[in-house]
Amino acid sequence: MEEKTSLPEASIFERMRNRLTPEGVPSDDRGRMRMVMDSLILHIHPAKVEVTSLKWTYTWGLGGLAALLMMILGLTGMVLLNNYTPAAPQAYLDILKLNSNVWFGEFIRNLHHWSANLLIVVAVLHLIRVFVTGSYRPPRELNWLIGVAMLLLVLAANFTGYLLPWDQLAYWAITVGTSIVSYVPLIGQWIGRLVLGGTEVGANTLLNFYSMHISFIPLAIFGLMSYHFWRVRKDGGLTVPKSSKQTEDPSTISGQAPKPERVTTIPHLVHRELISAIGWTAVLLLFAMLVPAPLEGIADPALSPNPAKAPWYFMGLQELLLHFHPLVGAIILPSLAIIGIFMLPFFDLNPKSVGVYFRSQRGRSLTLLAIGIALIVTPVWVLLDEYVLNWTIWLPTWDTLISNGLIPLAVVLLPLVFLVDWIHKSFKADTEERVLFIASFLFTAFIVLTVIGIFFRGPGMSLYLPWNMPILTH
Amino acid sequence: MTESTPQNQNLSRRDFLKVAWMFLGGVAALETAGVFISYLQPRLAEGEFGSIIIPGKVDDFPLNSVTHIPNGRFYIVRTDDGGFLAVYHRCTHLGCSVPWDQTAQKFICPCHNSQFNRQGVVENPPAPRPLDLFALTIENGELKVDTGNLIQRQTYETAQVVYP
Repeated sequence: MEEKTSLPEASIFERMRNRLTPEGVPSDDRGRMRMVMDSLILHIHPAKVEVTSLKWTYTWGLGGLAALLMMILGLTGMVLLNNYTPAAPQAYLDILKLNSNVWFGEFIRNLHHWSANLLIVVAVLHLIRVFVTGSYRPPRELNWLIGVAMLLLVLAANFTGYLLPWDQLAYWAITVGTSIVSYVPLIGQWIGRLVLGGTEVGANTLLNFYSMHISFIPLAIFGLMSYHFWRVRKDGGLTVPKSSKQTEDPSTISGQAPKPERVTTIPHLVHRELISAIGWTAVLLLFAMLVPAPLEGIADPALSPNPAKAPWYFMGLQELLLHFHPLVGAIILPSLAIIGIFMLPFFDLNPKSVGVYFRSQRGRSLTLLAIGIALIVTPVWVLLDEYVLNWTIWLPTWDTLISNGLIPLAVVLLPLVFLVDWIHKSFKADTEERVLFIASFLFTAFIVLTVIGIFFRGPGMSLYLPWNMPILTH
Repeated sequence: MTESTPQNQNLSRRDFLKVAWMFLGGVAALETAGVFISYLQPRLAEGEFGSIIIPGKVDDFPLNSVTHIPNGRFYIVRTDDGGFLAVYHRCTHLGCSVPWDQTAQKFICPCHNSQFNRQGVVENPPAPRPLDLFALTIENGELKVDTGNLIQRQTYETAQVVYP
């Protein structure tokens, strides 16, 4: 008779599991769960993080929230595909069916819609946080570039998604938005035709946008996002103020710097992320239950609504178009802004104030000054340009590119140049503070223009007070 | 005879192959880009907007009239001396559909208040140029408008008017 080995025969599943974890598996459930989670988390995060970078009021958890929103958008987007046909007019009918015939259909759409809109706000706030704390300075320039590229992709994702319901709102917002492209010199018309798949928004446009929205853009964002996270680790984690790393103590010079206080990522960082994610998810679910995503009547190419507005995040741009020749308002100014944002880490280098909100006490005052001036000057200029200034009539023989483009541009930009010169001379503002001043001024002005475009523009794009807005019926 | 020119000395076989491979790689990249761009070109279907559309006969349009042809996205403008224009209804500013205002005798865009006269010429900015035209021909008293043939113009000229 053959003698059996004392080892109990392992089942096939046990052997499979043992092969997957050669180092061995903890014997208790809790330990096993921990092991899986920890190895995943420590793949993304470093093992230890600095205490100061954990401070809630330093990062506001904005990058993490953006990542959470991307996850929600991916999940809800995937299931929305099951109830959507990218064809006109079936797309619109599908949305109606989604709202009325599909379990949780409207809820999933609302969640997708509001998460996408929130993502724009959160991504911009994240960019502002990194900017005002100077966290894009060497060695983090590359991650800044990736972040800005992702912001542009998020805008593209939102814009392409905007058309998909195929209602009046979508149709005309995309018509106005894509018409802007045709003002690019030389190749604009051609690009416009390529994007639209014709001379105007139609069935081909819907299919083009759908394909971009579900394949290229999410793939690109996912790739850049992974790289973005990895670079955060590679660049030495989040920025922290210099003062917490070094003191004026002479021992720092002799190389015996007091080590910054560090704690383990698990649980200190991970618990914070988890709490934040759960809290925000609850807020989003509640919001999606209570506030329906907008849906108007089916797209009608023959009937422009009055007013026809671009998506809200492009209303600042559309407002510029009311004041400038399209080449200046839609192409030159936005291109300069994007190039400027990309270039920031290459002329704002001073590593001294990294991690300090607004650089310095003087920087803080100058930022407030810039915001204050922009808050007053921008509405005044909009009113002046709307009711008083009329360069095309004053200079009838001039090309409208000059009379309605370059002259107003000079009128707007020259005072800013003098303003910057003034803070340079009177407050001895250094480069980083002047960059902060200009950026705060321009960004505030853009926000004011966006607010005017969304809330103060009525029929015929005339100015109205929001509580006096006439409602037109067709 | 064994002396070679300085160029031949500088360009080793390795360097030549390197350059050749880079050149071929560049050509391949251009070809790929060309394939994708051609593939993404607008697709047109017969009888739809983008093809030739027949809005009616000459006599269907009274003198001095403006008639909207919704499926062709254009207006048939008949001048008081009997000529025809096919005016695209898309505003040259940002692409809104421009309705004809009968009482004001103007095209008035609802989006940014651009205004155009009966020939489509800008009377009020922000539109940067007159409304576009479609190529129009008249055969056997029947109008034919080629909505795939867009004519952009900077001014109005009498040569743009087609007479039966």
